[in-house]
Amino acid sequence: MKKTTFFGAVAAATMTAGFAAAGTLDDVKAKGFLQCGVSTGLAGFSAADANGNWDGFDVAVCRAVAAAVLGDPQAVKFTPTTGKTRFTALASGEIDMLARNTTWTFSRDVDLKFTFIGVNYYDGQGFMVPKELGVSSAKDLDGATVCIQTGTTTELNLADFFRSNNISYEPVPIETNAEAQQQYLAGACDVYTTDASGLAATRATFENPDDHALLPEIISKEPLGPLVRHGDDQWADIGRWVLNALIAAEELGITSANVKESAMAAGNNPEINRLLGTEGNLGEQLGLSADFAKNAIAAGGNYGEIFARHIGESTPIGLARGLNAQWTDGGLIYAPPFR
Amino acid sequence: MSDTHAQTVAYVRETMLPEQAPPSTAAGPIKWMRDNLFSSVLNTVLTLLSVYFLWVVLTLVLPWVWYGSWTASSLKECREAVAGLGLAHGAACWSVIGERYLQLIYGFYPDELYWRANLAFILMLVALAPVLYPNLARKILWFSALYPFVAFWLLWGGTLWTPVVAVAGFVFAYLAFEILNRTAGSLVAVIAAILAPVVWWLLLAGPVSNGLASVMPLAIEPVESAKFGGFMLSIIIGVTGIAMSLPLGILLALGRQSDLMIVKAICVGFIEFIRGVPLITLLFVASTLLNYFLPPGTTFDIILRVIIMVTLFASAYMAEVVRGGLAALPTGQYEAADALGLDYWKATRLITMPQALKISIPGIVSTFIGLFKDTTLVSIIGLLDPIGLTTNIRADSNWNGIVWELYGFIALIFFIFCFSMSRYSMYLERKLKTGH
Repeated sequence: MKKTTFFGAVAAATMTAGFAAAGTLDDVKAKGFLQCGVSTGLAGFSAADANGNWDGFDVAVCRAVAAAVLGDPQAVKFTPTTGKTRFTALASGEIDMLARNTTWTFSRDVDLKFTFIGVNYYDGQGFMVPKELGVSSAKDLDGATVCIQTGTTTELNLADFFRSNNISYEPVPIETNAEAQQQYLAGACDVYTTDASGLAATRATFENPDDHALLPEIISKEPLGPLVRHGDDQWADIGRWVLNALIAAEELGITSANVKESAMAAGNNPEINRLLGTEGNLGEQLGLSADFAKNAIAAGGNYGEIFARHIGESTPIGLARGLNAQWTDGGLIYAPPFR
Repeated sequence: MSDTHAQTVAYVRETMLPEQAPPSTAAGPIKWMRDNLFSSVLNTVLTLLSVYFLWVVLTLVLPWVWYGSWTASSLKECREAVAGLGLAHGAACWSVIGERYLQLIYGFYPDELYWRANLAFILMLVALAPVLYPNLARKILWFSALYPFVAFWLLWGGTLWTPVVAVAGFVFAYLAFEILNRTAGSLVAVIAAILAPVVWWLLLAGPVSNGLASVMPLAIEPVESAKFGGFMLSIIIGVTGIAMSLPLGILLALGRQSDLMIVKAICVGFIEFIRGVPLITLLFVASTLLNYFLPPGTTFDIILRVIIMVTLFASAYMAEVVRGGLAALPTGQYEAADALGLDYWKATRLITMPQALKISIPGIVSTFIGLFKDTTLVSIIGLLDPIGLTTNIRADSNWNGIVWELYGFIALIFFIFCFSMSRYSMYLERKLKTGH
């Protein structure tokens, strides 16, 4: 910013010196910070506190990448994006990476020309109903009015689900989760549908959460993950392997508490040694320092720690690991080997 | 005193009776109520209905507002505290406002620099004063003209040379006009006055500013646009939009009435295009589409883009309001101005425009108020104005689920601003009233 604001005004398109055309990694190193797109506010995933510090499950991914690339988890600038501005912000280069509970779909990956660097949360669309309605399955919802956020994959999933089950529904389109909450509580709709994590978080804020039930059906796959632009494979690799490092760290038992100690000298587990850079040259292959994974883990802990701190069962959001447990615990969270 | 009747009638009062107080039903509050509230059956029924309605609403709202909790540190705590009060409809959790009001006002502006935002706001009032109240000293108008640059420097920080070289552009324009007007005629002077600052800003201002800054920085800590938010952002966008849309609107209105075909076509085209497009579309163009057109790596500040779009939008409406005022003037006014031998600019400045603006005050102020409220639309493109911040505050797990308190607070602040604008316009109308 600084000068550019005003000269931007009069000159409309003054080029700022330095970064153009080079790879994203070089850009980020030259800038000295990572520009990360996050949600304007989603409980547990991204929120700014009273002092303006961003925190959350998605924010933690940004911080880990910043720590891996620049060695400093605070070297991130956050751009709040809405569901409508997120993709253009990334495509136009305004942000280097988008971590905004975005569902990985074919068309977003292929047609919109983005690269998803992994999945940090496996979600699925669910339904919430008041218990007094006496509904125990989503298939009983024939003729129900459904509150639904417009412009999201949930809208399409809902239409698919009702059509395939040959039942009818009446949509009540709403713009934001907060609005949906009010509409649902005021009785404007019988059912509220959105990602199950969102439903759980929403229900936790009700005055009487026990009066409402989540139906057992999960009608869609919503793998949420961070993404980058197509065409810069080095940058995509960095994002992907930082995320994998967090996941592998949980599997290997490396936490924010013991990572410094483990990275001091090579231990007797070769995979930990390769991950933390005490053996081999994985960091160098990525174009980063050897201790990139150590920095990323030290930033906010391993995947399990990040999950527990922001959205886990001890938080008000209270999500169980479920599908997001390590593969060794029957979940889908699985990092390819560091080799 | 005549004694005409002295012999014909028995008694004649020679003094006035002392005045008596009017009967209690024809004076004071009772008379006022009879006149205004119970003058007819229909009026009485409506009055009683309104009182009942007010009673119902206030008995619901006032306890909610009054018994609200100011101490709870989360929504859950607040609900527990409020449940203890045993109110039928609960009570507000004002503590969210207590915790976040600074954020709602300043956004993420660094708190040790709040004084700069405050100073900019106070200086804004100083700069506005001579514009709003013409009987103040005219010299303050110089400050008003410089204020935008001062405010820019205070809010965004950086080196003082940036606004200084920007102002220099206007100085060059003035010098070019003055010198060439005497030597080479007015047309050349006007063209030079437009070209000189453009060349200066585009080619020379940056290097000169950087050069001066390297010799003598005069810099204060820079603040990036991403940190702007809350009411500060609304006010920046609103006030800049208001201040720039009026002159632009006047020019467009004049252009639309002009006899010059091309000028007229451009003005009509611009006004109709902008009025035909929703503001939200323009904001999306500003936030997303422009990025595709500009060369990669270009920094073109998002707040600036939004201000430009909002200004263009408001100026098209303003142009039509002012044109309405111009159309309402009797033709005699134009003819009288011509008969006095005034040229076009003088006639406009001295005769027609003051009257047209006076007629259009209510419309102009409506446009201003609309513009100020429209600034909340920027939340849709991800800027954290007060409405955008409510989403963010709700994302804090302590306050997830809180709605009315935040919106109520925001509504109150907006009401204060808009109501003052509206009162000011009424004052101005009374002051300028010449039809006796």
